[in-house]
Amino acid sequence: MSQKRLYELIYIVSPDATEQAIAELHTQVDSIVTRLHGEMVKTENWGRRRLAYRIGKHREGTYVLEMFNGTGEVTKELDRRLKVTDSVIRHLLVRIDEDLKVAERDRARRQAEADQRAAKGLPPLGQGRRRTSDDSDDDGHDRAEV
Amino acid sequence: MADERGSSRHSSGPKGRGASRGGEKGGPRRSMFRRRKVCKFCADKIDHIDYKDVKMLQPFIPERAKIIPRRISGVCAMHQRKLQTAIKRARLLALLPYVTD
Repeated sequence: MSQKRLYELIYIVSPDATEQAIAELHTQVDSIVTRLHGEMVKTENWGRRRLAYRIGKHREGTYVLEMFNGTGEVTKELDRRLKVTDSVIRHLLVRIDEDLKVAERDRARRQAEADQRAAKGLPPLGQGRRRTSDDSDDDGHDRAEV
Repeated sequence: MADERGSSRHSSGPKGRGASRGGEKGGPRRSMFRRRKVCKFCADKIDHIDYKDVKMLQPFIPERAKIIPRRISGVCAMHQRKLQTAIKRARLLALLPYVTD
């Protein structure tokens, strides 16, 4: 069994779809995810939005965001199904667990650095950064004079 | 010297910067004040560039909707890479335009 990962799916439903059709689509996605041993994490309906450009003959669409845990099988099936669904004019499925992990690690590292600075009694970052940027500017001038 | 200065104006990339610095010294008249650019994402401590956050991406696609280069925006290499994927995803979802006319 392959590993479970966090995915994010956004699909744009054509503007002439009814509320009911959108709800139905959501249950379809839900059933696919649960059937393949995944679980839904979050669902968001952004409502009707203007598209930045025309897709087919549409100028606006309803955006729906779904977040779920699952294996690659789920994404394959969802991709296939959404592609053949006529009311979905566009969809995007991306894996996000890696990105979130990186973001979390960066935040933790910055926090640790800030704590260290505070422990040493140094002022919080910002002043230090400005000084280093000035230094590198000076280097540039030196190089120009040579 | 004057020639070099003229050409450095049109050249781009890191080499171009160096050349313009040389020109700066030759002609003090042209030595305009250059503000040190700092990566917006590093400065604001944004770890995750989200493709859904149109407000954050918009400053990086001015009127023609082209992604502005790093040498102009001052964004660091890592964040420019992330910004690039974010903008491209947002474009796919019609959150941002590919072109504007």
